Amino acid sequence: MTNPVPEYPLVEVRHVSKHFGEGETRVDALRDVSLEVHPGHVVALLGPSGSGKTTLLNVIGCILEPSTGWLSLDGEVVYDGRWLRSDLRKLRLEKVGFIFQFHNLLPFLNSTDNVAVVLSLAGFDTAESKRRAVELLDYLEVGHRKDAMPAKLSGGEAQRVAIARALANRPRIILADEPTAALDSQRAGIVMDLLRKVATEQQAAILAVTHDEKIFDRFDHIFHLRDGRLDGNEGSGA
Amino acid sequence: MNLAFRDIRHSLGRFLLTCFGLSLLLGVVLSMIGIYRGLVEDALTLVRAPAADVWVVESGTRGPFAESSRIPGDTREAIARLQGVSAAGSVTYQSIEAPYVGQKLRLYVVGYEPGRPGGPDRIVAGRPIGRAHYEMVADKRSGLALGDRLALGRNSFTVVGLTDGQVSSGGDPVIYITLLDSQELQFELAPPAARREVARGTGPGNTDTINAVIARVSPNAAPESVAEAARRWKHLAATTQAGQETILTRSVVERARKQIGLFTGLLLIVSAVIIALILYTMTMDKLREIATLKLIGAPDRTIIGLIVQQALAMGVIGFGFGALLIATIKDYFPRRVVLLPEDGLALAAAVILVCVVASGLGVRLALKIDPATALGG
Repeated sequence: MTNPVPEYPLVEVRHVSKHFGEGETRVDALRDVSLEVHPGHVVALLGPSGSGKTTLLNVIGCILEPSTGWLSLDGEVVYDGRWLRSDLRKLRLEKVGFIFQFHNLLPFLNSTDNVAVVLSLAGFDTAESKRRAVELLDYLEVGHRKDAMPAKLSGGEAQRVAIARALANRPRIILADEPTAALDSQRAGIVMDLLRKVATEQQAAILAVTHDEKIFDRFDHIFHLRDGRLDGNEGSGA
Repeated sequence: MNLAFRDIRHSLGRFLLTCFGLSLLLGVVLSMIGIYRGLVEDALTLVRAPAADVWVVESGTRGPFAESSRIPGDTREAIARLQGVSAAGSVTYQSIEAPYVGQKLRLYVVGYEPGRPGGPDRIVAGRPIGRAHYEMVADKRSGLALGDRLALGRNSFTVVGLTDGQVSSGGDPVIYITLLDSQELQFELAPPAARREVARGTGPGNTDTINAVIARVSPNAAPESVAEAARRWKHLAATTQAGQETILTRSVVERARKQIGLFTGLLLIVSAVIIALILYTMTMDKLREIATLKLIGAPDRTIIGLIVQQALAMGVIGFGFGALLIATIKDYFPRRVVLLPEDGLALAAAVILVCVVASGLGVRLALKIDPATALGG
């Protein structure tokens, strides 16, 4: 279940800017942002509210088109003044996994099917999707809850299922939006340990938006965003 | 993996309750169609009962059902002598109210000549009229039983036979009596009025009047040519059986048909709006799930499939419940409700079409959902 280690950054953002509106109503959400995230690294994106964290996450997740700049995901240039792939959903399905603050599991699917749905969308047959889903749930130590509906899962279990879903299609890039905000410190620590495990064993790049000070020491690198600009880095390795 | 089915199963009670509500609405639509069919069938029952080929009525009228028609009682002999006519019978038709077990019984009285065309086509209990006077064959819907006695005019009649399903276009149960009795009932004056006429010196009027003559033609004769021959008498008009049925359906029940048709159309529109609103609300309830699906890479067809499949399931289950409900209770309606398979299939097709069109509102909403809304807590 491990990926070969690439020598290039999995996320490479160069001079990306994003503004909304024009003239007096223009808001510059991102200004000339450049960053890299390498395989096996878990990095954080910090900043006050309105600093552009979510905008940057949306841009890297190919949900929001930048105004200018260049973006490469897993060695493929996907944006260079315009999107270079027409089907961005397929691009997300292939390259990016998402982890949400409130896990966002589909309430009408059990744990296994919540993970298997990604594999079904990727074209795997039902049996293979379920087999791999159970395998992932076991890997994230939540296999004993494979038949449970999301409403019956604890916060930590639900977040582990959500991580399993993010990993289902073996993406190289995991984008996490406040992955521990809804958890107590003990469960937050467990989730961060899992993300570290995934980054190390899968050679994935994990970029997390967070405000959670109790997990700052778990990141290899922290990017600070202020008024749409990256204004300094901490840690190492990115 | 069928997401629509999983979502339905997850909130099965709510979904079934929605389907039940829709089924009541579709049941009403189906019953309206059934009532319309029943109206036409009721109207045609009476005109088809004598198995006639030609109807001869008063000149300038389209009687005896669409308009009043009065012709001399000896017209039958004249018609019977026309070439191609194998049998002819005189008939009268009138609506009356008769007292029965403390209530007024509304009936449609057919007077006919026993042994000639015009009588009941099938007797389900008892026997046909065997005596010249004061016997009647009644339809079961009247509530009368064999041996019951009923006062009509100044005479009392005994029920000797029963028919089933013989009603007028107004839904009144039919009773059959002899022509002589019906002429007396219809045309004879009440004693005070008769005394007044005698005092005026005009005397009692001739009651040998009928409403129509029914003729059957030989297999080798054309009904239209017989009707044409009858029309040569200036005081008579004639139509074929097909023409009489057209008059009934296009004239007698036309307004009711339009009324019910319009109401059925309105109900279908209301159903469409309600289905659209239900689907829109169901989609609104799933905004975050749809945004999440889009974010993790689900194509539009998966999202559209989720909504359209649920819409179709709701339509099919709602229609099924509704059809079952109406099929179960249709016999308790005061008037006949006729459920034809082709009507059911047509409505099912319309419901499916409505569901697909109505789901467009939900699909439009779903496709506009920004996947970014799944992020950000």
